[in-house]
Amino acid sequence: MSGHVAPKSMYYGVFGALMVGTALTVLVAFFDLGPMNNVLMLGIAITKALLVVLFFMHVRWSTRLTWVVVASGFFWLLIMFGLTMSDYLTRGWVPGTWR
Amino acid sequence: MSDAPSAYQPPPVAIHPAGHDHAPHHPYLQHHFDDMGQQAEASTLGMWVFLVTEIMFFGGLFMAYLVYRHASPQGFQEASHHLNIYWGAANTAILIISSLTMAFAVRAAQTSQPARTQVFWLVSTMAFGAAFLGIKAIEYTDKFRDHIVPGPYFQWEGLYPKPAEQFYSLYFAMTGLHALHMVIGLGIMTVIAIMAWRKTFDSDYYTPVEVAGLYWHFVDIVWIFLFPLLYLIGRHYHAG
Repeated sequence: MSGHVAPKSMYYGVFGALMVGTALTVLVAFFDLGPMNNVLMLGIAITKALLVVLFFMHVRWSTRLTWVVVASGFFWLLIMFGLTMSDYLTRGWVPGTWR
Repeated sequence: MSDAPSAYQPPPVAIHPAGHDHAPHHPYLQHHFDDMGQQAEASTLGMWVFLVTEIMFFGGLFMAYLVYRHASPQGFQEASHHLNIYWGAANTAILIISSLTMAFAVRAAQTSQPARTQVFWLVSTMAFGAAFLGIKAIEYTDKFRDHIVPGPYFQWEGLYPKPAEQFYSLYFAMTGLHALHMVIGLGIMTVIAIMAWRKTFDSDYYTPVEVAGLYWHFVDIVWIFLFPLLYLIGRHYHAG
């Protein structure tokens, strides 16, 4: 038994990308881009998280069963965010209701 | 896990006491698994199931953050402005470096590197983890000094004292829970480093290193989201 052994160069590559992403997100934070600030910030964070999950955590070479479990975790997180915000974002839409 | 067509040669065969007669197998293979690959697969999957519960655990706090930030975006920006972006960025870099050394620790075990190489990468990971906690301690000290720890002594000079207190409640809850995970991670790494020192791991058996690595990388991912959401939202905000 020995899973996929990735070359060291790949780990350095992912590491470099994560560092560049960190520098980029700090740089972007100093400019007022309106709503784009949040979009870029979260976009960079999600990209960095994906890199860690796929390469550092070896999901890229894992079985489909592992893929399903990992994806389900983030899917349930989105259900929680989605259902909760569907409440908070719609309060006061109907006149006379509590907000 | 399916590649490497049986590079497995039963090295030191498990020796059982009398009355336990069966085919030779790897000493770390539990009897309810067919082979080392299946055993490793089960452990990794189990760890991922745990990490999914962790996603939901931290997810609840991110949910609270989202609701309160939506309720007072300016208040959160003003509160975030007080955090030191350089400590935050330094800690992000430190955690990413520790993830790299962790990945190398797993790789060292995977490729049957000598015990001292495995221990070197594990101890490096722990050193960066400790550095992260050290910086966190400096930051927490500043917060206590400046009276921006939520509670009876909370003081806020800005326009939004209430949202600022909510922000710092979430700041301490989220970074505190994250720091607790780091402390637990250091404990896990200590155990793994001792096991590695005792020559437990090689290309046939390295599941504990792999699984501990999954935990460490997960804690890194939580910080990857905490850093921008807590430190970076107030940088372009000008009070007034």
